[in-house]
Formats: sequence, structure tokens, C-alpha cells
Amino acid sequence: MLARIKQFLGIGAKPKEVPKEEVEKVAEEKAKPRIGYVHLSGCTGDIMSLSENYDILAELLTNMVDIVYGQTLADVWEMPEMDLVLVEGSVCLQDEHSVKELKEAREKAGLVVAFGSCAATGCFTRYSRGGQQARPDHESFVPIADLVKVDCAIPGCPPSPEIIAKTVVAVINGDMDYLQPMIDLAGYTEACGCDLQYKVVNQALCIGCGTCAMACQTRALTMTDGRPELTSARCVKCGICYVQCPRSWWPADRIKQDLGL
Amino acid sequence: MVLGTYKEVVTARSTDKEIQKIAQDGGIVSALFCYALEEKLIDGAVVAGPGKDFWKPEPMVAQTADEILAAAGTKYTFSPNVLMLKKAVRQYGLEKVGTVAIPCQAMGIRKMQSYPFGVRFLADKIALLTGIFCMENFPFASLQTFISEKMGVSPELVEKMDIGKGKFWVHTADDVLSIPLKETHGYEQSGCKVCLDYVAELADVSTGSVGSPDGWSTVFTRTDAGETVFKAAVEAGVIETKPVDTGKFGLEILTKLATQKKEKAMKEIDRRKEMGLPVPFKASSEKEDPLANV
Ligand SMILES: Cc1cc2nc3c(=O)[nH]c(=O)nc-3n(C[C@H](O)[C@H](O)[C@H](O)COP(=O)(O)OP(=O)(O)OC[C@H]3O[C@@H](n4cnc5c(N)ncnc54)[C@H](O)[C@@H]3O)c2cc1C
Ligand code: SF4
Ligand code: SF4
Ligand code: SF4
Repeated sequence: MLARIKQFLGIGAKPKEVPKEEVEKVAEEKAKPRIGYVHLSGCTGDIMSLSENYDILAELLTNMVDIVYGQTLADVWEMPEMDLVLVEGSVCLQDEHSVKELKEAREKAGLVVAFGSCAATGCFTRYSRGGQQARPDHESFVPIADLVKVDCAIPGCPPSPEIIAKTVVAVINGDMDYLQPMIDLAGYTEACGCDLQYKVVNQALCIGCGTCAMACQTRALTMTDGRPELTSARCVKCGICYVQCPRSWWPADRIKQDLGL
Repeated sequence: MVLGTYKEVVTARSTDKEIQKIAQDGGIVSALFCYALEEKLIDGAVVAGPGKDFWKPEPMVAQTADEILAAAGTKYTFSPNVLMLKKAVRQYGLEKVGTVAIPCQAMGIRKMQSYPFGVRFLADKIALLTGIFCMENFPFASLQTFISEKMGVSPELVEKMDIGKGKFWVHTADDVLSIPLKETHGYEQSGCKVCLDYVAELADVSTGSVGSPDGWSTVFTRTDAGETVFKAAVEAGVIETKPVDTGKFGLEILTKLATQKKEKAMKEIDRRKEMGLPVPFKASSEKEDPLANV
């Protein structure tokens, strides 16, 4: 599974010729992806959202994946090797420990996933500016991609339980087509509700559908005369409005497949 | 495939006299929602309801047949219906939501269903997406210009608007006025110029006027869900159908218009891409079928 994903992403070396028995042995050992969870400056909402997949959660956690590391999930102190690590929260540059943990996760995991908007875009930690007890120096928070290479992002504040389930299933099946938008979104780190104006309305693309306003998780958007209007004081810079806009990127083939068309 | 993937296409209309009177065409949208409500296939529908200004719609959640009928008829300006879907589920507590959508709205809804990044517990509650054909849409100020300035009619006197036979028509109690479509050029929404979908290719059922005689609609059933509802409505006698290719109407004109729209949009997509502007669709050189909605 990991090899397939790595190959697709163009990371790691090409698989060597190995005897068949060895392949089978490895396949057996690696049958379940080893998943880790790193909690930086986040609110635990993202992992809570994962747990809201009530119907499939037991199956997911017991039979489909191995949770090998993560606060609240596994009693493990030493970070092990992982196929995939979900990183929740942004990084505080003044917090040495966070920076170290993120770098270590990058070294030990095959795939680093920015899990939730704080990790992906900084989200509302973008507004942090220090000056509070007990660490008035804790001032600067950045999306994890500012410090390490991120392989894919699942934005959302929090991401919906469904997108988490769909992503995990796609990872297990090595369904790279489904994951492609999330791979592309790893580069979308400077998000804001004003992206709709800059990247959609200003570019002659807006069609007044209202998807952005529906998707906004803080009701920062209303529709005025068929165009999104941002109340910036409500915007947490999660990026979801732009990500869900049908005029930002368009997964036509996947939609047709999902609809059976 | 200029008309999208579909199971069946027919000419159809509502058998309800009341709906026939107030609907835009065959009243398929209203009839389907009323039927689905009654049969509890949906527990509400998002429609383009009346707003504060005449002919400026406001998306609304209709939970009775009366509310659905109050929203019948085409308003040629924005009604951001997708926005109401979340409200329908969260505030109104609906479990099975129906919605009417022009093609681009269907695109927003379907993308959200395939990739529900921040949109929790909504994707699987869309029970019936009825799509309507769409050549283009207009900002409200454009509509005001057509009616008040170009035709000299006060919007509150207008009973119906329609586009057809190369003209923009307005019906009042005692008059039928029109301007040639040529005069509407420059007043369209620019986002429409890169739109590659005419017949709501991603809806469960899509319907429009082109291809059928006055008072009738052309209807495509596309998904399994769409086919089931439509067939049931026909069987229940709520909708009557006839074959689509009769006389001067039919698929030929529909195919022609859809092709024209798509070819024009494809050209504009290529042009914008050449200028380095962002467009979420592939350039014609990048795809097998230049008319596909990708
Ligand atoms: C902007 C626009 C352009 C169109 N262009 C074409 C065209 O080129 N060719 C063609 O054949 N048909 C076109 N149509 C569709 C056509 O006008 C009718 O809406 C369609 O045939 C349905 O008629 P009906 O009698 O079945 O629906 P009705 O029973 O009258 O119901 C119509 C439904 O559409 C909803 N609605 C009205 N205005 C809007 C809006 N602006 N946005 C979203 N929903 C709305 C209403 O709330 C209602 O539920 C267009 C419609 C729109 C809104
Ligand atoms: S989702 Fe995109 S196209 Fe739709 S109204 Fe918002 S900005 Fe415009
Ligand atoms: S407007 Fe809403 S959805 Fe968009 S970035 Fe701001 S908070 Fe997020
Ligand atoms: S032409 Fe396309 S983009 Fe424009 S309103 Fe119609 S469906 Fe939407």
C-alpha cells in the first residue's frame, strides 16, 4: 500500500526486485497501515470528527488500520515508524517541543497528512499574536507545510466525518485518483474567505450558486445579489469555502463515477 | 455526450390543472416535489421562493405543496439554492431533502457529496436533485434593465418571463412583450461563459422547455434514484408522458443548442487559459471529448 502511494507521489526509491516469499512476508506484515496521530496546536476537534464515524469506527480501528501512536489514542511514548501520520493543529514556532515533534513525525512517517484546517492553513491560529500568560512569547503559529513537506491535506474545521472515512478508505485501497485533490491542497496554506473574491469573483468565475456560503462553518458568508459577501470578523481562515466552490477545482470524473453516470 | 448520461428522455407534463396554470413549462419540478413530499420520499425541498423584490428570488425550504407551488416559475436571476441545503438539514431538521438546481448548482452539490470537506452529515441527505436546463443567467440589475428600461414595464405587473424563439418574453395581465436576445448580450453573468453543462447532466432528473411543445417539458432520467421517482410519479398519474421526438420538437434542437453552448464555452475556456487566467476545466487540447463537462 505504502509503496504504491510512494510510487505515485514520486517519493522514495523504485521498488527493487525481491523474491516472492519475501514480498508475501512483507505484505502480511504490512497488511494494515500503521497510523499515527500527532496533536500540535489544535483543539482535538479533528480526531473527534473521525470518531463520529460511528458505524464504521470499530471496523476501522480494529480491522483496517493499526493506531500505533498518538495522545488520547495509544499509550506510546516513543514515536514509532508509521505509514501515515495525521497531524492536527498548527505549529507554534516558539514551542521547541512542537517543532521537534513535527520534524520527527516527518522523518518517521511515509506520508504526512495535514489533518484539519489548523494544520493545513493555520485556520484561526492565524490570528494568534502572543502577549498572553503563561507564555506571552508564544506568538507565531504556522501551518505545518511551512516547516515540513506535507503529502496531503484534509482541510475542515473540523473535516467532516465522511471525508475522513473516505480518505482512509482511499488510502487503504491506494485510490490515488480520489486523493489527488488532497495532494494538491497540501499547497493551499494561505486560505481566507477573501479567496472567493480574489480567485473566483475577480476571475470571472462566480456563478452565484451559494455553495461557499453553505459550506462555511462559521456563517461568515452570506449571498448578496448572487455573490458571496464576507464578514471578515467571523472568518477563521479555514479555506473550506474556496475548497468546496465548484469553480475552484472540478472533479468531474469522480462525481460521475459516484453517481453511476 | 452533449446531453449527458441518461436512462430515458420523454416529453411530459403535470396532470394537475393548478400546476399547469402556474408552472413555467410542464410543471415537472413542482409536480415531482409535490409527489415526493406526499409519498414521503422527501420531507422538504429547497426552491427559489419569492423574495422582497418582485422577480428577485430567495432560496426557501418548502415543506408543503402550497409552498412548492408558491415558488413555481422561472426567475432569470440568481437564487443561491445550495446555501439553503445546510439550513434545511440543521434548522428544519430534514432527513430527505429535495432541491431544484440549475446545472452549476448541481455541480456545487455533487462536488460536496463526493468531497464533503467541511460539510458534515449533509451529503447523504440529498434525496432528490431535480435539475433544470440553463443557457445563461443574469444579475438582477440586468433583469431590471430588460423589464423596466427596455420594455418599460413595472416588475410588479409581470406575471411570467420566458426565453425562447430568440427572444426574452414578458407576460403581464393584458400584454405580451419581448426584446430580441441580441439585446440581452453583455448583460449575462460572466461566469456562465465557461459553463459546459446545458441540460443539468448531474441531476437525478433534469427538465427544461426546449425540445417540447408549449406547456410541456423535456425530461431526462439519469440516476437510479431519479428514474425510480419519475416512474413512480408517472405510474401514480401525477405526470403524463409522450415520446420526445414528435414533429418539429425533440432531441435534434436540444442537441443543437447544447452543442452550441458547449462549443462557445470551450472556446472561452481555451482563450482564458491562454491568457493565464484560472479556469477549473481542462483546455480542449487536454481532453478526448471537448464537449465533456470536465
Ligand atoms: C436561469 C435559467 C435559465 C434557463 N434556461 C433554459 C434554457 O435555456 N432552456 C430550457 O429549456 N430551459 C431553461 N430553463 C428552465 C426552464 O425555464 C424551467 O425552469 C424548467 O423547464 C422547469 O419548468 P417546470 O414547469 O417543470 O417547473 P416549475 O414547476 O415552474 O418549477 C420551476 C422551479 O425552478 C425553480 N427556480 C426558478 N428560478 C430559479 C433560479 N433562478 N434558480 C434556481 N431555481 C429556480 C423554482 O423555484 C421552481 O421550483 C432555465 C431556467 C433558469 C432558472
Ligand atoms: S461557491 Fe464559488 S461560484 Fe458558488 S457562489 Fe461561492 S464563490 Fe461563487
Ligand atoms: S469564510 Fe468561512 S469557510 Fe471561508 S475561510 Fe472563512 S471561515 Fe472558512
Ligand atoms: S449557464 Fe451554467 S454557470 Fe450560468 S447559470 Fe446556467 S448553469 Fe450556471
